[in-house]
Amino acid sequence: MDTFLQQLFNGLFLGAIYALIALGYTMVYGILRFINFAHGEVYMVGAYVAYFAASMLLPLFGAGWLAFLLLLIIAMLACALLGVGIEWTVYRPLRHRPRLTVLITAIGVSLFLQYGGQSWLGAAPRAFPTLLPKSTVSLGPVQATNLQIVVLVTTLVLMLALRFFVMKTKLGKAMRAVSHNVQAASLMGINNDRVISVTFAVGSALAAAAGVLYAINYPTINPLMGLMPGLKAFVAAVLGGIGNIPGAAVGGLVLGIVETFAGGSPLLSPYRDAIAFGLLVLLLLFKPGGLLGKATVEKV
Amino acid sequence: MRWISEHSRTTLLIGLALAGLLQLISGNLDVYYLNIGLMAAIHVALAVSLNLVNGYTGQFSLGHAGFMAVGAYTAASLTTILPEALPAIAGLKGFSLQLWFVFSTLVGGGAAALCGFLVGMPSLRLRGDYLAIVTLGFGEIIRVFIQSSDTLGGARGLSGLPPLTSPFTCVSLAVISIYICGNLVKSTYGLGYLATRDDEIAAESVGVNTTRCKVNAFVVGAFIAGMAGSLYGHLLQYINPSQFGFLKSIEIVVLVILGGMGSTLGVSIAAVVMTFGLEQMRNLNEWRMVIYALLIIVFMIVRPQGVMGTLGVERSRTKSKRKAA
Repeated sequence: MDTFLQQLFNGLFLGAIYALIALGYTMVYGILRFINFAHGEVYMVGAYVAYFAASMLLPLFGAGWLAFLLLLIIAMLACALLGVGIEWTVYRPLRHRPRLTVLITAIGVSLFLQYGGQSWLGAAPRAFPTLLPKSTVSLGPVQATNLQIVVLVTTLVLMLALRFFVMKTKLGKAMRAVSHNVQAASLMGINNDRVISVTFAVGSALAAAAGVLYAINYPTINPLMGLMPGLKAFVAAVLGGIGNIPGAAVGGLVLGIVETFAGGSPLLSPYRDAIAFGLLVLLLLFKPGGLLGKATVEKV
Repeated sequence: MRWISEHSRTTLLIGLALAGLLQLISGNLDVYYLNIGLMAAIHVALAVSLNLVNGYTGQFSLGHAGFMAVGAYTAASLTTILPEALPAIAGLKGFSLQLWFVFSTLVGGGAAALCGFLVGMPSLRLRGDYLAIVTLGFGEIIRVFIQSSDTLGGARGLSGLPPLTSPFTCVSLAVISIYICGNLVKSTYGLGYLATRDDEIAAESVGVNTTRCKVNAFVVGAFIAGMAGSLYGHLLQYINPSQFGFLKSIEIVVLVILGGMGSTLGVSIAAVVMTFGLEQMRNLNEWRMVIYALLIIVFMIVRPQGVMGTLGVERSRTKSKRKAA
């Protein structure tokens, strides 16, 4: 039972990171109906921004909570700008093209960031500085590190903030309207372009937060680190029902937990990376709308 | 010019004759350029077969390298691992060894086709972008399985494949793939593929079984990719799972995009030009991939139909306008 709870906790922690990335996928998909393949790379850039900002800020502030919060905010802002920039330069000219064209372009952007990063920053992993001293905490039968708890709490706060933003603010309402029906929304005087930019900004900021949270726990980062988490977070978004914001959170947590349990069993652990995709195929076979998604009917 | 179009029998015969000629004079050619040429021929087969799925049928597969891996590893087990257990096969020489290799390659293609069928059946009911992810996931699953299999060499890879890939086999595979794919989409049956791409709902309503078209395109594409994988492995004489990763799939997708989706001739030319071109750029190292990425983005924005693409893209563009209106 104790190992079960322990694994469950570890799974929650991994799932929190997937969930944060998945939120960006699902928000962009909800509005533009395309997979922003470059989203995993935004997560990578977030970690790198924090890395470089840390080398400048740590001598000034020293390690600690202040530095952690500052770096988190800097990375989120930088990636929000990056997300909006990508949308402006690459996706906007393609707005009315077939979805496949946009999808291929997104793969291009993703490769560009990966290999541009690799050529520019070098392929060697870099050690992320320690921001918060690591300590072990006992929560009943579960052994956790304080860093894992920081991840869970930060994720929870960000998700609640997102929930508030989407449900209670005017811009969030506009976002929901655009995702419901683009034409009708613009007839009601909503500036679609602005809503789309804000969506990219918010989604990218969340991915950057995931990147920083990952970096403080697994202290090396490299330019290709976004590939796998990006793909798996997409699976998480589909798992929860793509376009559905609470769904992405649930999907991320489910995927994190399933993967952790699979990694813990000797039979399945060699296939750990394949499990997410196996899960995706099964889900698409039996419940293509996702766990929280609604079945949609295609109109001719 | 009609007789040299990609689907005429004359082209096939000329191509096969050229393959034979190349085989005869290959002893006098520079080995370096010959090998690049053979790699180009393999890339032609890969690009043409992916074009059948991505270009003509309008699906988007990101797992072509996975099929290659299945073909390469299946054929390699027949030519490299099996002889260790069966001395009868180890004793094969000369022509009979070549025949055994052709047989292994066909079995490799068959295994890849079977995988294509297994992936295709459930996932081809999905729309474009989901399909892309499932095929990508399939490629990853294949890679992970090979990596954790000790018999197949695991992550270390499998070395000591006999150097059986000859100029004749490479060029004939390329020519035959062009012939098969070129003819398939020109046949009345193959028109269903184009109809599936241009408007799935309309195609269904006039009685085209779109799911079957998609699965068939997938299976044929996978079969050719599997054979190409076998030739690839026996040309390099060493295979490991990371050669058949996501990047290899992307490389093939780029060939199809540049050549023009839905143009067999276009993607063949792109495959040859890019193979030689990239070989010249070898000293650029990792910047090669950056150039790849930029090529994709620029082409998609400026000329999404590629250098020699057909009307398919135009048509789907008007369709999306109609939807937007």
